[in-house]
Amino acid sequence: MPAGFQHFADTYLMWNEGPLIWMSDALIVLTSLGIVGALTYFKRWKWLWREWLTTVDHKKIGIMYLIAALLMLFRGGVDAELMRTQLALPGVHFLDAEHYDQIFTTHGTIMILFMAMPFIFALFNIVVPLQIGARDVAFPYLNAISFWLFFFGAMLFNISFVFGGSPDAGWTSYPPLTELGFDKGPGENFYLLGLQISGIGSIATGINFLATILKMRAPGMTLMRMPLFTWSVLAACVVIIFAFPALTIALALLMLDRIVGTHFFTMLHGGNPMMFINLFWIWGHPEVYIVILPAFGVFSEVVATFARKRIFGYSSMVAALMAISIISYFVWAHHFFTMGAGADVNTFFAVATMAVGIPTGVKVFNWLFTLFRGRIRMQLPMLWTLAFVPCFAIGGATGVMLAVAPADYQYHNSYFLIAHFHQVLIGGVVFGMLAGMYYWWPKMFGFKLDERLGRWAFWFFNIGFYVCFMPQYALGFMGMQRRMYTYPADTGWGTLNFVSTIGAYLMGIGFLFIVLQVLYSIKYGERDLTGDPWDGRTLEWSLPSPVPHYNFAVIPTVTDRDMWWVLKQEGRTEELRPKPEEIQPIHMPKNSGRPFLMGFAFFVAGLGFVFNWHVLAALGLLGVVACMIARSFEYDDEYQIPVEEIEYTEAALGRL
Amino acid sequence: MGRGWLTRWKGVSLMAAAALLLATGCGPEYIVLNPKGPVGREELHLIELSTVLVLIVIIPVLALLAFIVVRYRDKPGNKARYMPNWSESKVLEVVWWGIPILIIGILSVYTAKTTFALTRPPEADVKPLTIQVVSLNWKWLFLYPDQKVATVNYAEIPTGVPVQFELTADAPMNSFWVPQLGGQEYTMPGMAMRLWLQADEPGRYYGHGANFTGEGFAHDNFWVVAKSQSDFDRWVKQVRSTAPALTKAGYAKLKQPSVIGTAEYSSFPPGLFDDTVWINGGRYMPGMMADVTGRASAGSHAGGSEMNGTDMSGMDMNGKG
Repeated sequence: MPAGFQHFADTYLMWNEGPLIWMSDALIVLTSLGIVGALTYFKRWKWLWREWLTTVDHKKIGIMYLIAALLMLFRGGVDAELMRTQLALPGVHFLDAEHYDQIFTTHGTIMILFMAMPFIFALFNIVVPLQIGARDVAFPYLNAISFWLFFFGAMLFNISFVFGGSPDAGWTSYPPLTELGFDKGPGENFYLLGLQISGIGSIATGINFLATILKMRAPGMTLMRMPLFTWSVLAACVVIIFAFPALTIALALLMLDRIVGTHFFTMLHGGNPMMFINLFWIWGHPEVYIVILPAFGVFSEVVATFARKRIFGYSSMVAALMAISIISYFVWAHHFFTMGAGADVNTFFAVATMAVGIPTGVKVFNWLFTLFRGRIRMQLPMLWTLAFVPCFAIGGATGVMLAVAPADYQYHNSYFLIAHFHQVLIGGVVFGMLAGMYYWWPKMFGFKLDERLGRWAFWFFNIGFYVCFMPQYALGFMGMQRRMYTYPADTGWGTLNFVSTIGAYLMGIGFLFIVLQVLYSIKYGERDLTGDPWDGRTLEWSLPSPVPHYNFAVIPTVTDRDMWWVLKQEGRTEELRPKPEEIQPIHMPKNSGRPFLMGFAFFVAGLGFVFNWHVLAALGLLGVVACMIARSFEYDDEYQIPVEEIEYTEAALGRL
Repeated sequence: MGRGWLTRWKGVSLMAAAALLLATGCGPEYIVLNPKGPVGREELHLIELSTVLVLIVIIPVLALLAFIVVRYRDKPGNKARYMPNWSESKVLEVVWWGIPILIIGILSVYTAKTTFALTRPPEADVKPLTIQVVSLNWKWLFLYPDQKVATVNYAEIPTGVPVQFELTADAPMNSFWVPQLGGQEYTMPGMAMRLWLQADEPGRYYGHGANFTGEGFAHDNFWVVAKSQSDFDRWVKQVRSTAPALTKAGYAKLKQPSVIGTAEYSSFPPGLFDDTVWINGGRYMPGMMADVTGRASAGSHAGGSEMNGTDMSGMDMNGKG
C-alpha cells in the first residue's frame, strides 16, 4: 500500500483501530451500494428527487423525520447493546476504554438530539396541520430547511465513527475535558458542528410551528378548542424558542475556544467552565421537557380515543402543560448541585425541581380519570400508553427523590441517576412516540401496523425495560458510577450488571419485532379505507388516509372540541365532506431543491471546520449564502391547484 | 389480554422491594444505604423520607390504574358505568392539585433544612482535621497541611473527628465521592471547594472519582481508612519517618496521566494546594480561597503577585462545604 494512502487510512479512516471500524466501513459501503443500486435498477432517482428531496409538504417531511428517527434509534440502540455487552461481566475486554467512551457519548447525543427530536418533529409535521384544519405549516420552505439541517447535522455527527473518530467526552461535553488541552482530536469538533447545524433547524421548527398554531387554525378553532396534542406542541415550541439559543451560544463559544484559541471556558485567562455547564443545562433541562411534552400530547389523544370518552379536565391539562413549560426554566442547576453552589441556590433549584412534579402528577390523574367510566380498547397505541403510566410514575418519583439536593450528593453521577433518566425518557418519550407512531401510522401510509407482531414487540421491550433498568437503581446504591468502561469483580456489581444486560438484549429483540412488524405490514397490514380506523375524535380522522397533498379540499369550520367525534355522534359527518360549489382553487408552495442543497452546504462547511480545512469551510459557507441570495430573488414560489383537479381527486376518494 | 398485568405488577413489586431494601438497610454491598458517618446518615434519612412520600402518590396511582383497566375494558357484557361526556370535577381536580403540593411542601422543608445543615461541620465541639485533595488524571493526591504528610490513592482519618476536605483538580474536573461517609462534591481546576465528612467507626471505605475524566476514569478509585485517633497519630509518625518526600519534580511527574497504586510522602512542598488552585485559574477569583479555606488569597508561592493579598469577596464557591 502506498505510504500516502496508508497515512490517510490511519488518520482519517482509522484503519489501525481494528475490526469494529472495518466492519462499520464494510456495512456502510454495502448499504450505500445497495441504495444506489436499487434506485438505479428501479429507475427511482428522479422520483426520489421530485417527490422527497425537494418536497415542502409537511406530511412527507414528517415521514422523512420518522424514518430518520427510527434509523437513529437503531444506531443509538446498537451503541447501547455494545455498552451493555461490555458491562455484562467484570473485567471484560470486549471494548477498550477509548471505544467505550466514544460509544456512550454517541449513544447519549444520538438518542436525545437525533432520535427523540426528529421523532417529535415527525409527529409535529404529520399531525398539527391536520388537527387544526390547515393546508400546510406557516413556512413550508423553512420547514424543509429545518429537516435538511437536521439531516445533514446528524450525518456529520454519524460519519465521525468511521471518519476521524467520534467524540468521547460524554453527551454533556463538559470543559475543560473538551478543551484543546485535553482533547485534540476531531471527535469533539464533530459533536459541536453536528449539533450546531441541526440546532439551527430545531429553532426554525419551533418558530414555524408556533406561528402555524397561532395563525393558521381553521375558523372557529379557538385556543381552548384545540386538541391537546396541538397544545403540547405549542408548549414545546415555546420552550424550543427560548432554550435552543442557549445551546447555540454554548456550542459556538466552545468551538471558538477550540478553533481560534479563545478562553471562554478554560479557567485560564479568566474563563470559566461553569459558564458552559450553566448554558448547557439552561438548554439541556428544558430540552427534556421539549421531548416529553409532545409525548404527553400523544397520550392525551390516545387515552380519549381508546377509552371513547372526553379527556378529563381539559383546562387543567392545558394549565399543566403551560406550567411545566415555565417551571422547566427554573430547574437547570439541579444537574450540578454538587458543583459548589451555595446552600441557598441549591435549595431554590431543589424546590423548583420538585414543583415540576405537581403539574405532571395532575396530568397522570387526569389521564386515569379519562379512562375511568370509559370503554378501554387494548390496541397498540393504548397498550404503550398504559405501560407509560406506571413507568413514568416511578421515574417521576425517583426524579423527585433526585431533586432533594442533599440526597443528590449520593445519587449524582451514579447508576441511580442513569436508571432515573432512562425511565422517564424511555417510559415517557419512547413509549409516547411509539404510541403516536402506531396511532397516526394509518393516517400517514393508509394501512395499520400488524397488531400481533406489535404485541410481541411491546412485551419484549417492556419486560426488557424493567429487567434492564431496575437493577441500575440498586447499582447506584452500591456506588457504581456512570461512564466506567469496566469494573473489578470485588465490587460485587457483576450480578446486577449481568441482569441489566439481559434486559437490554430483550429490548433489542423488541426493536427487531418493530422492524419486522413494519416490513410485514407494508405487504399484509390491514388497509385503512375509511380514514378513521380508531374511531377518532379530532379533525385529522375526517380526512382520507393517506391525506391528499392539499389536506382539506374545503377548510372546515370548527364548532366543538373533539369536533369529529361530536359530528359522528350527531350523525352530521357529511358536513365535513367538500361540496362541489365550495371548492376553490388552492394556493400551494412549490417544491424546491434549495433546502437540500443548503443543508449539504452546511455539511461541507461543518466538515471544513471539524478538520480546520479552511478552504472547504469557506466554500461551504459560500454555498449557504448563495442559497439564501437565490431565495431572496425568488418571486415565483407558489402554484394553484385548479378546481377540476381537486374535484377529480376527491371524487376518486369517494368524497364528492 | 391478562398479560398487561405482568409489567404493571413488576413495577409495583420492584418498588415495594426497593422500599423494603431501604427499610432494612439490606446487604453491606449497598454502601450508600450503609453509611458509617453522620453526613451519610443524614443523607440516607432524606432518601428514606422522600421514598416514603413519593410512595404516597405512586401506590394509589398504580392501584387505580390496575382497577380502572380491569373494570372499564371494552368487552361484551361489561356492566360498568360508561359516561362518555363526563369530563369535569372541581372536587377531584382540587384533590390532585392539592395532595402533590402538600407532599412537595413537606419535602421542601426538610430539603432546605438539611441543605443548610450540611454546610456546617457535623460535630461542633471537636477540632476538625483538614485534608486537601487534588484530583489528577487518574489518581488522588491527599495533602495533610497540619501533619505535613501526603498520600496517593488513600487517605487515613481518625474516627469521630469531622474532616474538612478541601477539593481542587489539576486535571479535568472530577468528583470526590466516598459513599459510606457521605455524598460527593466536584473537584475543579482553579477552584477550591469544601466537603465535610466524618467516620464514626474504623473501616476501609471505597472512594471513586465520580465525574468522567477520560481514558483511565474506570480505574480512578481510592480508599479512605478510618482508625482511632491514636492509630492515626502512629500512622502519621510512621509516614513521616519512613516515606520519601514529595518534591516539586515529583509532583510534576505525578501529574502526568497514569494509573498507579498507592504511595505516601513524609512531606510536600508548602502551599502546594493553594499554588495549584492559583496557577490553574484561581488568581482570577481571589476571594474564593479565603472563603473556602480561611487563608488569605494564594499566590505567594506562584509568583502571581499582582493580586496577592487582595480579597474581592463575593464569589460563593463553598457548596455544601
